[in-house]
Amino acid sequence: MVAVVIWGSLRRFTDGQAEVEVEARNFKELLENLTTRYPGLKPQIARGVSLALDGRIYREAWFTEIGPDSEVVLMPYMAGG
Amino acid sequence: MALDHTGQRVFKVVGTRPPRPDGVDKVTGRALYGADLSAPGMLVAHILRSPHPHAEIVSIDTSAAEALQGVKAVVTAADFTPQEDEYLDDILVNCLARGKVLYDGHAVAAVAATSADVAKAALKLIKVEYSKLPHVTDVDAAMRPDAPVVQAGRSLETVPEGMSENVSSHCEFGHGDLEAGFAKADLIIERSFTTAATHQGYIEPHACLATMGADGKGDLWCCTQGQYNVRSICADLLGIEASQLRVTASEIGGGFGGKTTVFIEPVALALSRKSGRPVKIVMSRAEVFLATGPTVSSSTDVKIGMTKDGRITAGQAHLRYSGGAYPCGTVDMGAQAAFAAYDLEAVQTLGWNALTNRPKEAAYRAPGAPQAIYAVESVVDELCQQLGLDPLEVRLKNAARKGTKSSYGPTFDDIGLMATLKAAKAHPHYSAPLGENQGRGLSAGFWFNFGGNTCVTLNVNTDGTVGITEGNPDIGGSRAAISQMAAEELGIPYDKIRTIVADTSSLGHNDVTDGSRVTFSVGLATIKAARDAIRKMCSRAAKIWDIDEEAVVWEDGAACPAGPNAGRFPPMTLAEIAAVSFNTGGPIAGHYEFNADGAGVSFGVHLVDVEVDRETGGTKVLRYTVFQDAGKAVHPSYVEGQMQGGAVQGIGWALNEEYIYGEDGRLQNPGFLDYRIPVASDLPKIDTVILEIPNPGHPYGVRGVGETPIVPPLAAMSNAVSRAIGTRMYSLPMSPPRILNALTDG
Repeated sequence: MVAVVIWGSLRRFTDGQAEVEVEARNFKELLENLTTRYPGLKPQIARGVSLALDGRIYREAWFTEIGPDSEVVLMPYMAGG
Repeated sequence: MALDHTGQRVFKVVGTRPPRPDGVDKVTGRALYGADLSAPGMLVAHILRSPHPHAEIVSIDTSAAEALQGVKAVVTAADFTPQEDEYLDDILVNCLARGKVLYDGHAVAAVAATSADVAKAALKLIKVEYSKLPHVTDVDAAMRPDAPVVQAGRSLETVPEGMSENVSSHCEFGHGDLEAGFAKADLIIERSFTTAATHQGYIEPHACLATMGADGKGDLWCCTQGQYNVRSICADLLGIEASQLRVTASEIGGGFGGKTTVFIEPVALALSRKSGRPVKIVMSRAEVFLATGPTVSSSTDVKIGMTKDGRITAGQAHLRYSGGAYPCGTVDMGAQAAFAAYDLEAVQTLGWNALTNRPKEAAYRAPGAPQAIYAVESVVDELCQQLGLDPLEVRLKNAARKGTKSSYGPTFDDIGLMATLKAAKAHPHYSAPLGENQGRGLSAGFWFNFGGNTCVTLNVNTDGTVGITEGNPDIGGSRAAISQMAAEELGIPYDKIRTIVADTSSLGHNDVTDGSRVTFSVGLATIKAARDAIRKMCSRAAKIWDIDEEAVVWEDGAACPAGPNAGRFPPMTLAEIAAVSFNTGGPIAGHYEFNADGAGVSFGVHLVDVEVDRETGGTKVLRYTVFQDAGKAVHPSYVEGQMQGGAVQGIGWALNEEYIYGEDGRLQNPGFLDYRIPVASDLPKIDTVILEIPNPGHPYGVRGVGETPIVPPLAAMSNAVSRAIGTRMYSLPMSPPRILNALTDG
């Protein structure tokens, strides 16, 4: 199981939990399983999210592997100038 | 891709300051910008814009314009198919309004004619019947429940019920127990701030030349930060396949995020398709101000608690941004960045975006961060003043560092904030004496940086030179940095390499030049492409020597036998291998494509001294020093240029720049005479101190540097002015009338 930190405004879709656990070996599985378990997250994930894995931010990259003790943080999709 | 060397690597080319490859073209006028290209039979197009901030379009009659001699095509929103995707449809209706105009200057129709005079005359013949609607241009007013609704039905599921329909999104970040945190504080300060929308202020207005043939094939030349993005959007909006549209990026006269989308390109293509002729559009400066993206305007409340010895116990911010008439996510980044410089046990940021009758926001260097960090750093400074604490010592005491759980969630890896703060403390600027009416301001700043999709080809020419094809417009010296990294890797002189920016048909996809990503991502792809070419060159040498490939290594620009057992062969240089490449297997090229990650966040600290004239309210910048963790600075002059440029844009934002709307909802200052950006004579030399804390996510330790420098100046300037006049300033810009008011009221 991977513990995923959810940002505050999405917690209403995770039963108020700031951190949820899902089965996932990589980001693709993580996003799929998050939306299956918490359907309220689906619109945001469809619009785009970034994921921080052990402090490093990924905007895409489905097959980035997640270790069992990795810190995973869901973040809005980053844009820059 | 991790850092190559944990110790100190000795670079030969990286870290030097070779001449800029675009210098001669730019100073001699040979560089081709967006407006510089023409084509046989070309038409000139002009755009009709709304005189109203908010109105229903009852009807548009273009018949008289179409009948005018010399007019070859007229287009309106009716010539485009509405898009299912809201993001794309917003771009489309921003290019040409459908149903309603949403801001003063919103495009309504476009005419292509044989001359500019005919096109302008035709615009006057277009009859648009409007039904005026109430408007709102202020973000706080737009959030009130009774505010005029700019667009209905645009609120995301994240917006709490009961808010104005203009509130399009809501976000929240943070951790810890705020109540307990504030209970530990000896002093709590809560303040409200506003910042004006400011324009990126690039020198070159948007311009393009579009050709759409009867065969459905198109070519587009335009000034942009991302030709692939332009291609994707235009292909979708015009219903053509991406392969049939080739987009070439011109030399670019500044972008700063403002050229990461389209405004005129789909219109020019549609006019060309309709007329069968090439069509050129060049925006005027007024059009640039009226209808291309400024940054968001903001209204922010910040509450911070601090102990007597300077420890921050809790921080909270409420951020209200408006990205104009369309939803935008910039407040998300502001809310994440607001407290990123601090190691906090309790922090919370809440953000809302509200629609207003203003032009559609476009990114501007570190979008969303300057406004948020301005408010936070202003309150930190006020706490330091009231508690009699040194603002640099307080920041050192509370600075985020490796292992800090950031205010937006992830735990920081190696970051350079402490190093930049220590450098600022040790710098003579920090202890220099100040005179009467002078003040010193300090602010930290932060930006995320990112990587993204990148594709590079490196061709080894038979004369021993190298051509690099990359796909990101050069807005800050990337061609030089890319050539340097290739020279470093290949072991050949910098001047043997030429890097060019490819069109969309010549190279695979590259994301937009944004997010401070190019030197990091394209540089990394270049290193990998060079290693690919080296592997092939070693293979060719192995064939010539008739030894195993594994027995050949690359050293100092040449293939060498790997030890005595491989045989005694003199090294074969890149030029020698290239010269016989046709005989040994054909042309030699390296290639690499990937989606880069590991960009590594960036921190900076700015110090500024100002003097305020109490009679005029004018502010003079006396001294300015930028400290920034740049990772490995590939071309230090360009890095310094980024740091200086960001500081100058931030100074303008702090002192004078603002979109000024009248009660009628119309923009009152769409020109550089009334929208005042700093010029060279306004400023001292901006001093720079580069800190090189290697980014563990890049083989040379490179970080993005382009956006962070615009983050700290807003607060640094406000803190300096506030200390100089003895009265706190809570609103930007601090134009002379506002300072005089503060002096009178304060």
